[in-house]
Amino acid sequence: MKRYAPVQGVLALCILMSLFGLPFLRFAPNRLLTGEGLSWWQAPLGPGHWACVLPLGWLLSARWPGNRFARGADMLVAVLWLLLLPWLAGTTARQWVPDADSLARVSLGAGFWLSWGLAALLLSERLREAGWPLWRRGLIWGATILLLVGEGLVGALDDLSLLREYGNHQDAFELAFGQHIRLVVFSVLPAVVLGALLGMAAARHNRLQGPLFAVLNLIQTLPSIALFGLLLAPLAWLGERLPASGIAGIGMAPALLALMLYSLLPITRGTLAGLQQVPAAAVDAARGMGMSPRQILWRVELPLALPVFLAGVRITAVQAVGLAVVAALIGAGGFGTIMFQGLSGSALDLVLLGVIPVVAMAIAVDLLFKLISAGVARHD
Amino acid sequence: MIDISQVSKTFGSAGPAVDDLSLHIATGEFVVLIGASGSGKSTTLRMINRLVEPDRGSIRFAGVDIRQIKPEALRRRMGYAIQSTGLFPHWTVAQNIATVPQLLKWSKARVADRIDELLTLLHLDPDAFRGRYPHQLSGGQQQRVGVARALAADPDVLLMDEPFGALDPVTRATLQAELLRIHALSGKTVVLVTHDIDEALQLGSRIVLMNHGRIVQQGRPIDLLRHPANTFVHDFVGRTEIGIRLLALDRVASRLRPGERAAGEPISAELSLREALSAFVARRVDRLPVVDEQGRPAGALCFDDLLER
Repeated sequence: MKRYAPVQGVLALCILMSLFGLPFLRFAPNRLLTGEGLSWWQAPLGPGHWACVLPLGWLLSARWPGNRFARGADMLVAVLWLLLLPWLAGTTARQWVPDADSLARVSLGAGFWLSWGLAALLLSERLREAGWPLWRRGLIWGATILLLVGEGLVGALDDLSLLREYGNHQDAFELAFGQHIRLVVFSVLPAVVLGALLGMAAARHNRLQGPLFAVLNLIQTLPSIALFGLLLAPLAWLGERLPASGIAGIGMAPALLALMLYSLLPITRGTLAGLQQVPAAAVDAARGMGMSPRQILWRVELPLALPVFLAGVRITAVQAVGLAVVAALIGAGGFGTIMFQGLSGSALDLVLLGVIPVVAMAIAVDLLFKLISAGVARHD
Repeated sequence: MIDISQVSKTFGSAGPAVDDLSLHIATGEFVVLIGASGSGKSTTLRMINRLVEPDRGSIRFAGVDIRQIKPEALRRRMGYAIQSTGLFPHWTVAQNIATVPQLLKWSKARVADRIDELLTLLHLDPDAFRGRYPHQLSGGQQQRVGVARALAADPDVLLMDEPFGALDPVTRATLQAELLRIHALSGKTVVLVTHDIDEALQLGSRIVLMNHGRIVQQGRPIDLLRHPANTFVHDFVGRTEIGIRLLALDRVASRLRPGERAAGEPISAELSLREALSAFVARRVDRLPVVDEQGRPAGALCFDDLLER
């Protein structure tokens, strides 16, 4: 029996080290300057300084790796930590920039990000160990995120630079949110339909596989910027011919088309792989018992191919959430717009305002499809 | 029941898989097609339910040319069981057995009754097995379900392609006995493909030995053992083992000396002579007491009696 959980111990130590060794917050006279770091002790957290004893609990509980009580306590402390840290940062920011109109900014420092992110890792590790079903883990994460959003809604985080940026760009943020979702949904959805059909065709006709995957692989290797460039001319030409269609060389049309083309390979491959792993004996038996080709497809092949197919769709959707960022370069909008704006203005918090929702969306999409897969998984 | 006349089939550029083959299978017969791999036995079987279409020749089923019957309709009238069972992994045992009845649009109640009836017939407790998935069953249980599924819609003919090939010897022997019992009970026509000569000798009322797509010899098991047509048949049925296999065809009851007595542990009259030979050698005796099915003394068997008089 293991006497000590090394991963948990290392994580707890790293959290403590980043908390004390790195600046917890940064104070800058305006948003463009990097500013000076404020360590945990310099930040006027008040009694909040005592929160640093919480990671000691993780160090301690690492002594009993298999203990259910220790695991539960660790999870509770981790959730608490994930909520407490932003709260403390928010109240400190309020004390440093009490005037909402002030140009001065307090942003989250490396110490905050590391000790918060590592705690999230520790929580996910503990949840994984518990061997709970996916929905239960999702529930705990969902509750944590909701409480975090609640902190934001009651105004506890308003004076942090990130939220200041949000306040200043709220309209752009909401617009980007809608655009980003539209980019993902309307590129992945047609790709799922087309990819499934291509995969089914490839499964039926082996000779099709070579040329089909040669083309799809080629598309996948093209950098997204190059693909946008390639689509520019033909779509601009099409837009001129059909002005009513709203198609143009830049904007939504080429972005959707490019994202759809990228999504095609993993979905087609997933469909084909799913159909290929259907036991040949099951198909032979189905035929021998008098199922029609259509019945074999719908009752035997597709249900048995579904798990692999869904895994393909999941990877594709997560990939599309990330790729859609680049679509901002050709004016299709999305969170990329905010991110690139921040990059060009060297405003780190604006970049984060674009990146954080993309990461959150990717995780949410991943979780959603994992839940769907678990729902259709073979009964054990 | 099934009339195969002058049928040929060639795949690709290799020689013919089945070459001008004619075979008549009567109602209620248990025909075993046997041969080495590539002898055309499986192709012959698969032509009967149109999984393979012959290049030349015709096959009649119950007097009708099978080309006149829609393949799906034809197949639903013939049970089909294969070596790797081909059970649908995403369906329960009950759903698997219900496959053909559902295709034939039987009522729910009738299907449910049939499932329980078949599970009982194959010695699987309906309440315990109905809701299980194939991966929760042992190999032998899976094949029982496979046979039950083939029997589900009460087909006129049962086509079986090496159904017991992947099972261990003990399970295989049990299922072979089950199949014989079901055949005797239902009087169904069975066409079974195997490459195992012992299985063929035990099961078949007629054995059709094939090589290179042609029939080399056909007849009752005893005909093949006693009068092999050529050295190929002689080799195939086992050369040095022929005597042993002949003994396997007969029961102790047939050579019994009624009323006589012998000392020692009695053997059952239902055993094969092959098993009796084993008992003689193992116990180093030349006389064995025999009891009938109810365990009553029936007589004695002498070592000399193993030879046909």
